[in-house]
Amino acid sequence: MRQAIRVSVNGEERSSEVEPRLLLVHYLRETLGLTGTHVGCDTGTCGACTVLVNGEAIKSCMMLALQADGTQVNTVEGLAKGDTYHPMQQAFWDLHGLQCGFCTPGMMMAAIGVLQRNPNPTDEEIREQLEGNLCRCTGYQNIVAAVQSAAKAMRAGSGVATTAPVSSGAAGE
Amino acid sequence: MAVTKLFGASVKRREDPRLITGGGFYTDDVKLPGMLHMAILRSPYAHARITRLDVSKAQAAPGVRAVITGQDLAGKVNAMPCVWLLPDSDLKVPAYPVMATDRVRYTGDAVAAVVADDPALARDAMYLIEADYEPLPVVVDEVEATQPGAPQLHDDVPGNLNYHWKFHNGDVDAAFANAEVVIQQRFIQQRLIPNAMETRGAVAQWNPGADELTVWNTSQNPHIARFVFSVVTGIPENKIRVIARDVGGGFGSKIDFYPGDILTIVAAQRTGHPVKWIEDRSENFVATIHGRAQTHEAELAANRDGTITAVRVKSYANMGAYVTSGPGPGVPTWLFGLIIPGCYTIPNLAVDVFGVFTNTTPTSAYRGAGRPEAAFLIERMVDLLARELNIEPTHLRRKNFIPADAFPYTTAGTLVYDSGNYQATLDKALEVVNYAGLRQQQLQQRQQGRYMGVGISSYVEVCGLGPSKAAGAMGFQGGLWETATVRVLATGKVQVFTGTSPHGQGEETTFAQLVAEDMGMPLDDVDIIHGDTGSISMGWGTYGSRSTAVGATAIKIATQKVMDKAKKLAAHLLEAAPDDIVFDHGRFHVSGSPGKAMTIQDIALHANVAWNLPEGMTPGLEEQHFYDPPNFTFPFGTHICVVEVDAETGELKILRYVAVDDVGVVINPMIVDGQVHGGVAQGIGQALYEHGIYDKDGNLVTGTMMDYAVPNATQIPAIETYRTETPCPHNITGAKGVGETGTIASSQAVVNAVVDALAPFGIKSLDMPLTPERVWRAIQAARAGGSSGQ
Repeated sequence: MRQAIRVSVNGEERSSEVEPRLLLVHYLRETLGLTGTHVGCDTGTCGACTVLVNGEAIKSCMMLALQADGTQVNTVEGLAKGDTYHPMQQAFWDLHGLQCGFCTPGMMMAAIGVLQRNPNPTDEEIREQLEGNLCRCTGYQNIVAAVQSAAKAMRAGSGVATTAPVSSGAAGE
Repeated sequence: MAVTKLFGASVKRREDPRLITGGGFYTDDVKLPGMLHMAILRSPYAHARITRLDVSKAQAAPGVRAVITGQDLAGKVNAMPCVWLLPDSDLKVPAYPVMATDRVRYTGDAVAAVVADDPALARDAMYLIEADYEPLPVVVDEVEATQPGAPQLHDDVPGNLNYHWKFHNGDVDAAFANAEVVIQQRFIQQRLIPNAMETRGAVAQWNPGADELTVWNTSQNPHIARFVFSVVTGIPENKIRVIARDVGGGFGSKIDFYPGDILTIVAAQRTGHPVKWIEDRSENFVATIHGRAQTHEAELAANRDGTITAVRVKSYANMGAYVTSGPGPGVPTWLFGLIIPGCYTIPNLAVDVFGVFTNTTPTSAYRGAGRPEAAFLIERMVDLLARELNIEPTHLRRKNFIPADAFPYTTAGTLVYDSGNYQATLDKALEVVNYAGLRQQQLQQRQQGRYMGVGISSYVEVCGLGPSKAAGAMGFQGGLWETATVRVLATGKVQVFTGTSPHGQGEETTFAQLVAEDMGMPLDDVDIIHGDTGSISMGWGTYGSRSTAVGATAIKIATQKVMDKAKKLAAHLLEAAPDDIVFDHGRFHVSGSPGKAMTIQDIALHANVAWNLPEGMTPGLEEQHFYDPPNFTFPFGTHICVVEVDAETGELKILRYVAVDDVGVVINPMIVDGQVHGGVAQGIGQALYEHGIYDKDGNLVTGTMMDYAVPNATQIPAIETYRTETPCPHNITGAKGVGETGTIASSQAVVNAVVDALAPFGIKSLDMPLTPERVWRAIQAARAGGSSGQ
């Protein structure tokens, strides 16, 4: 029943035997122990489980681990480089973009996805493109502010390049 | 690093580094050796007899370690206890069994539980359970359930009447008899579903050798969880440890204690393995408490000059199928009724609340809990009166405000408002929005067929729960005091233990600001420890905006005790009289000789090694304080919402949302603003989007996040926050609490704005949520000459 997959997770090659029905989010959380990615709804509505697969923000409760075979996956655990936070993390911290923190990893990954598509978004564009990520604590105001601040930092070139904000190219590091 | 001014500064949160790196530790992150997983089979029927339950196939399924049914629990665990016994209300508490045996009363009642090696196997086996039901008649509406002939939920509760809570003060009948004008209106407080982003769950570990139980739990109040777990399971309280490290939001829904928590404990005892149970979202929708769900018949008596003389309210509160182990009965009664007069000098008040059982998920505290309903009622009624008398709504509010010089003020709700300045927040809000300009603009736009509206909500709430004596008088089965222990280690690092249990409110930061400032220490050297009954002596938890008002006060006093001892030790070591010792920026020195000094860290080392203490001084540098507040706190403010309604489609847009709040002295403005944003978002959610709906058969038709509209980022506007500061006069920080103000203040600001926008149509009232369809229908009805209200 189990099938072999190879996934690059935060730059590290992982080989596992997984059940065909295992969701990517459970693979990350249970098999690899990367519990920073959260399960908020398991119907693809809340976005708490958002990760990057081949650089694109996806909801990892809507993807099987098998489908991630051969891909590069980036999770919240891989955002910081050593002691340096990713600009998105820094902005969420600086501008109080989180309260309980449960939606935060998925929200940041989704926001990184937004900035990859549009490095200079308006507030309205940020709100529209984060529509698939729910937060019950913040009223979104400081999340929008944080994404704007991160966009500015990333355009200015601090941290990681906007084209590959979470370089899974970190593989070689 | 000398600390200058931490108290009052927007210090970045100390919780965040772990939460932004994936290092949070939520209940679902607990992983223990040999841990099993539990799935709970819940009733698909809202009301039915269980005629057959066959678990044999599930028992034989791969990976299954145990199957638990209601029969297994009989005589082994107690029913879930009611923790709020309303006095003088003929309260009836029918048994709320951990698991149904013969009858189910809502879609969500637990019927069986499967424990297996992994969550998927537990789920597979759960579907192999064969359960047959004989459906019974269903009632879901709180008013219908009281009618003769309505289906009966509990044999020992005639008429489904859980309680009749009555609060009458003054001569209400005379006030209505003499009134020059009477306003009557029915309000529906629709059912809301809390939807914290983290669902609920538990991990239980039983150590049979030591008879010790450890439970990781998504709880707002782990110490009360420990008590309830003990009462239900019979495990002595001192053998139970409950841990709530990171909790992914609660909004009241994690105050309650649930059958699923108990089943997890039973499963761990039964299997001898740690057991994890985590709700999926669909389960959360039916198994975790709901909020609001009340119908109010409101009447207001006034004179033609606008003086309000009385308010009379008859309320039907939908309690769901059972009284839960939580604040349920207290929410639509005490927390609603006493604060109905709001900011106004209304001398007479009569409130009758009928708590009603229905075949729905039980209701309990959802952010604001009773107070949003009260603020909505009075602020809508004030606007209706203004319309009736053709008095400008701001003038009418001013006319009836409790004057700033009248505090402390005893209301018709018998609350003693300790302080307030309602005019100041109204003035500020009007100035910020340019109210006069808006009214002019409104007139011009109406001539162009555009419908802009301005909604005002002046509110006061009662929070900082609260004096334990008041808790007892209200029938709450516990105290509402708080503990703090401040411990300075030999290395000069500080541990602060608080009985409050924050879950997103940022108290690891605000409490540390307070202690670091008072001890002259670096912020990073102060750790706030919460959410663990193993290390914290006692606590009543985080709800009712009480953590800062009560918990921080306990901390500040305990800190003061530490500093008093440190000063005595410094005097001894510096060979001076204690009165001659000055403390400044973390250093004790002899008055007039700043060079002769010892740091607080030096003192901590001396206290902990205890080589040279003054006669009679005990070793260590640690103090505890138990604090019971003398009164509640009363934050207040004015929120103004500006909307534009498209009369052709019923769609509306919030153009501006301004919040002017007075939450007393503010420790961290950034965090306070964040609390207001989130609170307002939830109030806007109620006003415009959220609605928990049951069909007539008792199926929750809004049972997923696709069907129940938790607002997303496009649906919440930018919120402009302002403050006035009237310190709380009865605690030493002057803080009042801010967790609920936004929710309490906002729904009626939005609804008042929409009704104001639609005034040209003669529309006076609209039921929430104000969906485009509802607004459009109201406009159509008005255009057709139909009734203006609903």
